[in-house]
Amino acid sequence: MKRVFPILAVLTAALLSYALYEALIVAPTEQTMGDVQRIFYYHVPSAWTAFILFSINFVASVVYLIRRSNKADIVALVTAEVGVVFCTVVLVTGPIWARPVWGIWWTWDLRLTLTLVLWLIYVSYLVLRRFSSSGQTPLLAAVLAIFGALDVPLVYFSIWFFRTQHPQPVIGGGGSIDPRMLHVLLINWLAFSCFAGLVCWSRYRLEVLRREVDETLALEALLEPRGSQSRTSQTRRAG
Amino acid sequence: MSYLYAAYIATWAIHVAYLGTLLRGYIRLRNEIAEFNARDQKQ
Repeated sequence: MKRVFPILAVLTAALLSYALYEALIVAPTEQTMGDVQRIFYYHVPSAWTAFILFSINFVASVVYLIRRSNKADIVALVTAEVGVVFCTVVLVTGPIWARPVWGIWWTWDLRLTLTLVLWLIYVSYLVLRRFSSSGQTPLLAAVLAIFGALDVPLVYFSIWFFRTQHPQPVIGGGGSIDPRMLHVLLINWLAFSCFAGLVCWSRYRLEVLRREVDETLALEALLEPRGSQSRTSQTRRAG
Repeated sequence: MSYLYAAYIATWAIHVAYLGTLLRGYIRLRNEIAEFNARDQKQ
């Protein structure tokens, strides 16, 4: 597995570079918005990737609630964290795109507001996991994640069922797209999905190692004579 | 055009910042393991 990771990392970097080239050079210029429309090739794939990661988080949280599986708990944590990163990209690139096109950075439109709520839910999920030291934290986090996941379909379908300022979906909904643009969009989505997968893998390994070290240190603290416990606690505090 | 570049740069700045926190986590953990092993060998 250790050998596979660098190969996949190089392939993903190459794919991301190719996707960037396609987005900036190959994709046709949109007639009304001009070059600024190319933000679309980063904004939309990031949103889709975030939705997929939050959906995996939902499944992992349900599995954790049923089986109390440590692996499912780690998968839930990792996908929430990487999902928040991608959702942040959506919330940053959206206003940068909106400013030249709509004339405003932000509006309390249904889709935009729901996306912000989604981001806030998962940020609170991560804050809960980071700062709560209770043994019930994974359980509480799993319940919060299930409620948070309910917002994902609301965000996605908000533009189908309500009149919003946000454009219609390019696939499935009332919107349409040039086939060449669709091709570039899908390449960028593939590239960002591969990137997200690699980051999740890396974060998963880190979390497994982190828990192993914490368990070893906790065991050592239990076995050590009372007088020498301070060193272990110092190490943990430094970490 | 500047909005386009701003969006692309912001995207990669966010990803690089997150990768930086991951790397910091790995380095911290590696140091912790090294310290633990050194202490273990001393004992």
